[in-house]
Order: sequence, then C-alpha cells, then structure tokens
Amino acid sequence: MTDALLDVEHLTMRFGGLVAIDDLSFSARDREITAIIGPNGAGKTTVFNCLTGFYKPTVGRLTLKGHDGERHLLERLDGFRIARAGVARTFQNIRLFPQMSVLENLMVAQHNMLMRASAFSIAGLLGLARYRDAENEALGLAEEWLRRINLVESADRAAGTLPYGDQRRLEVARAMCTKPVLLCLDEPAAGLNTRESAELNDLLLDIRESQGIGILLIEHDMSVVMRVSDHIVVLDYGEKIADGEPEAVRNDPSVIRAYLGEEEDSTLPPEVADDMQSDAGARG
Amino acid sequence: MAEAVAVKAGVSRFDLPQVLKEAALAAFVAFLLALPLAGLHLTAGDQGAMVVETRWSWVAIGVVAVFVGRLLLAVLRAVRPATRLSSGVAERGRQRFAAYLPYAAVAALIAAVALPFLPFSDRYIVDLGTTVLIYIMLAWGLNIVVGLAGLLDLGYVAFYAVGAYTYALLGTTYGWSFWVCLPVAGTMAAFFGILLGYPVLRLRGDYLAIVTLGFGEIIRIILLNWVAFTGGPNGISSIPRPSFFGLPFTRRPDEGEVPFHEFFGIDYSGEHRVIFLYYLILILALITNLFVLRIRKLPIGRAWEALREDEIACRALGLNPTNIKLSAFALGAMFGGFAGSFFATRQGFISPESFVFIESAIILAIVVLGGMGSQTGVVLAGIALIVLPEIAREFAEFRMLVFGGAMVLIMTWRPRGLLSHREPTVRLAPRGKGAG
Ligand SMILES: Nc1ncnc2c1ncn2[C@@H]1O[C@H](COP(=O)(O)OP(=O)(O)OP(=O)(O)O)[C@@H](O)[C@H]1O
Ligand SMILES: [Mg+2]
Repeated sequence: MTDALLDVEHLTMRFGGLVAIDDLSFSARDREITAIIGPNGAGKTTVFNCLTGFYKPTVGRLTLKGHDGERHLLERLDGFRIARAGVARTFQNIRLFPQMSVLENLMVAQHNMLMRASAFSIAGLLGLARYRDAENEALGLAEEWLRRINLVESADRAAGTLPYGDQRRLEVARAMCTKPVLLCLDEPAAGLNTRESAELNDLLLDIRESQGIGILLIEHDMSVVMRVSDHIVVLDYGEKIADGEPEAVRNDPSVIRAYLGEEEDSTLPPEVADDMQSDAGARG
Repeated sequence: MAEAVAVKAGVSRFDLPQVLKEAALAAFVAFLLALPLAGLHLTAGDQGAMVVETRWSWVAIGVVAVFVGRLLLAVLRAVRPATRLSSGVAERGRQRFAAYLPYAAVAALIAAVALPFLPFSDRYIVDLGTTVLIYIMLAWGLNIVVGLAGLLDLGYVAFYAVGAYTYALLGTTYGWSFWVCLPVAGTMAAFFGILLGYPVLRLRGDYLAIVTLGFGEIIRIILLNWVAFTGGPNGISSIPRPSFFGLPFTRRPDEGEVPFHEFFGIDYSGEHRVIFLYYLILILALITNLFVLRIRKLPIGRAWEALREDEIACRALGLNPTNIKLSAFALGAMFGGFAGSFFATRQGFISPESFVFIESAIILAIVVLGGMGSQTGVVLAGIALIVLPEIAREFAEFRMLVFGGAMVLIMTWRPRGLLSHREPTVRLAPRGKGAG
C-alpha cells in the first residue's frame, strides 16, 4: 500500500441523513488511469469533492504522496493547499474563466510559481529579470499544452467562446499546467461528439505516457472506460461494489446487477447494455 | 415542434397585445412614482405656512412619456434581432475601434496637460477639471475591486474619507506636510480595506454590496459622532495646503519661507495654486492608471480577474481566495486614500458631509458605465457623469432623474458599459504563432 500515489481509507461523507459515500477505501497509483464508475447519484463527484477539499469528509483518511515523496493528509487541508500539494481537477460542468483568453486560463494555473517569482508583485511591477524569466517559462509551458490540445491558433480567444470539445480539453490542459501528481477528471467526455471524444482519449493516454502522473477518471461511457483504464472502482449508492482490473470488473455479477437492475431492464445507453450483456452471456 | 418555432418567432417579432400590456404596466408604475414625486409640490403660502400644490399635468406628461417610451423600446427590440445576428461583425468592429484607443488616450493626455493653458480656460474650468480627475482616480481605484476582482463595493467612499481625515488630522495636529502624509493616508486606507475585507470574505454579489454599504455608513457616522477626534459635523478646517517642493502658494509667506511667485519672479496670482492642484491630481491619477494597467498583467491582476470569473475554479488551481480578495480590497482602498488626502488639501476643509453614500454611487456608476475593468471607459464615463450635470445646472432639481435615466439608457444600449472590449493581458510571442 505504501507505494500508492493516493490512499483513500474508510472515506464516509454524510449530508444530514443522506450517506453519499459509505466507508470507501481504494488506492490509485501513478502512471495509471483509475476509473471511478457507477450509476447516477452513486457518489462519484462527492469523492472528488472530498479529495480536493470542497467537502470535509465526515470520516476517513486521504493520503497523497506529493511531489518529492512527502505525504499529505488531504482531509486536513484547505482546497487551495490540496491543489498546491499536487491534486488538480476538472469539473463535471466546465469551469473555465470564460472572459479571459485561452492563454490566460493556462497562466492563471501557474499563479503560485509566478507569484513567488514576482516577489508578491514587487519584482513584477519593477520588471526585474527574475520575473521576466519566470513569465517566459510559464508561457513556454502554456504554449506546449496549447500545442498538445491543438489550440495554439485560438490562444487569444475568450475561453467562453470556444466550442464545447475545445473547452473540455482546455480545462484538462489548465489542470495540467499546475504540474500535478494526481489529475482528477469528472466526466471529461460528457457531451462530446465521437470525434471530440476520440481526441480527448488521445490526450488522456498521452498524459499518462508522457507525464508519469496518476489519473482518476469518472466516466459514464463504458467503451472509453474499458479502453483507457488500468484499474476500475465501482460505486453504487455510496458503497464500493467492485474494484479491480477492467476484465474482472466487467464480469463481476454485482456490477452487472447495479447497472442492469434485478430484472435486467435496460434503461442504459445501448452500447453499455450490449457490453454488459454480451459479457454476462459469455460467462453464463 | 413546428408550432413551438412559430410561437417563438412570433414573440420575438411583435406581439401587440403583449407589448401594450407591458407599456400599460410601466405607465402604471410611473404613475405611482410620479404621484408623490412630481404631482405634489410644497410651497410657502401667504402667511408662510406650507401649502401643497398639485401638478397633475406633470404626472400626465410623465406617465405618457413612460408609456410611449416602453412602446418604442418594444418596437426597437422587434427590429433589432436582424442586426444582432452578425455579432461576429460587431466584434470585429469593436476590435478595430479598440485599435484606435491608444491614439485616443494619447490625445486625451495631451489635452489634459494643456488644459490650464488653453485660451478658453479659466479658474472655473481648471477647478472642474480637478474635480473630474479626482473622480477618475477614484474610479480607477475602485476598478480594481469591482471591475477586476468582481467584488461589488458600495462603500468605497469610506476609504476616501479615511484618506482625507488621515491627512487632515496629521496635518493640523502635527503639521506634517502633504508629501509625508500621502503615503500614510494610503496605508491607513489600505488597512481599512483589509478591515472591511476580512468579514466579507465569504460574501458575493448582493450580500457583499449590502455589507460594504453598511461599512461606508459606519465610517461616516463615526466621523460624525466622534466629536473630540474628528470635530463631528463641524469637520476639520484650515488643513495645510500643499507646497511646490517647499515653496508655498501664499502672497505673504511665514518667516523664512520663499513663496512660489517670488522664487520664480512672477506676480502673485491665486490661479497658481489651482493650476498646481490640477497637475498634482493629474499626476496622481496617471500613477493610479499606470499602476492598474501594469498590475493587470501581473499574476495578481490575472488572479483578480480569475476570481471574478470563477472562485471555485481558482481554488481548484491552488489560488488562495482570501489573499487575492484582501489584496484587491487593500490596493483599491489605498488609491481611495490617496485621492482623499488630495481632496483634503485641495478643499482646506472637510466634514462628513463630503463622504455620503451618493459619492460611492457616483464612483461605482463611473466604473459600471465605463465598462467594468476598462480604464479608458472610466475616463469617458467620468467626464460624462461629472461634467454633464455641471453644464446642466439649471436642471439641478432633476439631476438624479437625468442621472438614473442616462444609466437606464446606457445599460439597455450597452449592457456591458461604454467600452466593453477586453484585451488579453498576455500573448504568445509571434515566433510561437508562426511555428504553430
Ligand atoms: N452538497 C450536497 N448536499 C446534499 N447532498 C449532496 C450534496 N452533494 C451531493 N449530494 C448527494 O450525494 C449523492 C451523490 O451525488 P454525486 O454528485 O456524488 O453523484 P455522482 O455519482 O457524481 O452522479 P452523476 O453521475 O449524476 O454525476 C446524491 O444523492 C446527491 O444528491
Ligand atoms: Mg457527478
């Protein structure tokens, strides 16, 4: 367990009488994509909100192995300190800075580094070289990510005017510009068309290969989950019902039950239902 | 499906009964308002007793004007969507306009520097120019808080008051000079900015506006009631005037002082001080402007704007909202404090009456009207809101009505202010673009 990037132990989150997460434990490693799946309202976003400090967990311990191997107990930190410790996230409904340009969005993500270099704005106001170097470095990183997400041409456009798919990728790039050790993506492919969705998959695989960080991925599209993830955690009504490699999880009877219901009524997207049914059939 | 489309199109085109109903409703509201405001007029009667006079014709004019105005607005709305469609064209037009802005700014600067020496200018015009510049400086300071950081502050005048009283008290009690007091006044105001900032960290929008409004009133009421310290309603008088690098603007100087006019070997004139004050506020305002323009491009400036756009996203990126908000409050307040101490030295006398809520409202109106965050827009709006009422002195009674009407018009015509175009604070080096 000690070599894991993130250890979630006995995480419980209650809202009044509602138990959104119930005694959840799992871990995520670097250089792996860990998918968190489950039906609507299963508590996936709530896990992210606990991890990134937006909610204080009712019970539980969240340990992150930070940049230089130091351990952070996330449940004790403020949201912005968790981000500084190396957890970056995107949101289920995109949260860019819509009136600011695409490039500015990526520069804001590097705020802490730039702020230090500008000596709390004094070096910046005086235009000292140490600030200019830092700014050029930040611009370099931003440009590199713009190139990866194919948005160099749109660098000066207001982020809110981009097409939906571009906004999704920009949000991922912005999270990456904070140089995280763990990237949490909340349904990044939601609302994308097939082409945009494919571009996003490429981006995720590229990040896993080239950045050597861990990715936590909430995703509804089973075909994406099965293709890109190394490890899957399945939630239902706040409880973990399965945890393992994609092959094992897809054949797990409790997962099939959670997704298909007891009487196997298929209110699921057809491709998911097909996926599940064919596997269940193959097993039986 | 087709039906829904048709209904939608019908509404956006012209729906006469609906429009008439709306206009009648507006006219009714106008009637309720006009009845006491314009319809009843108090005058002194024969024996000096108060007599209520009725002016039904005024009410009628007002109601008809509102009814017709609302109808016209509806007609305009029905005609306009066709032009709205080409928003790309509008955006390009705005950009072309923005390209001329630097030239306009330079021209305005030259005009401002030359103003006291233009043939038509007299003491009155230079004085008016000074007043306009005070408001422009205040609005540039408030722009940090409202325009950039998006924190709606209705009590900005409190910092103006803190700056003015800091200088007035230090100047009259200890005889400190204006130049020594200026930074002290700015620091004091910034301190009060942080004092206000702490309790309102979690508030946004309407709630923040109410608390800041209360803060402004608290400061004013303290100034009014703490008679031993601030002189209460009597204010503070004989505040020391600024000197020109130690040369006072007086006809007969104190022992051992050389006045300005003797030093330069010119005749004494009361206008020297007026012109000097004008240039002083011009320089202070320009410093404010340069500071804001520069800091907007620094990480802290971008963080303010990011905070305005989405505080939750800021937190997820590791930005500490507390520090960012407090720095916006403190720096905004600091410029209010600078302007306040200038105000005190210019007037020579201050009292709580100079720092009432309406001042905050005017400064905020300049920022909003100019286009939130636009430095040039502030200049245009500042001139419009201070000079126009001055020209229209005979309408003094209706000043607020005209003021409100102008705001409504501009907000319907340009909901985001006069100059709403926003230039990115940073761009990629051209080399990068060619390669990409
Ligand atoms: N702040 C809150 N207060 C009260 N209840 C909440 C809060 N946040 C989430 N919940 C509840 O917790 C449960 C889990 O919600 P959550 O958003 O985590 O689901 P999810 O798995 O992300 O679903 P989806 O797939 O729809 O995004 C839901 O029943 C939701 O109503
Ligand atoms: Mg969710």
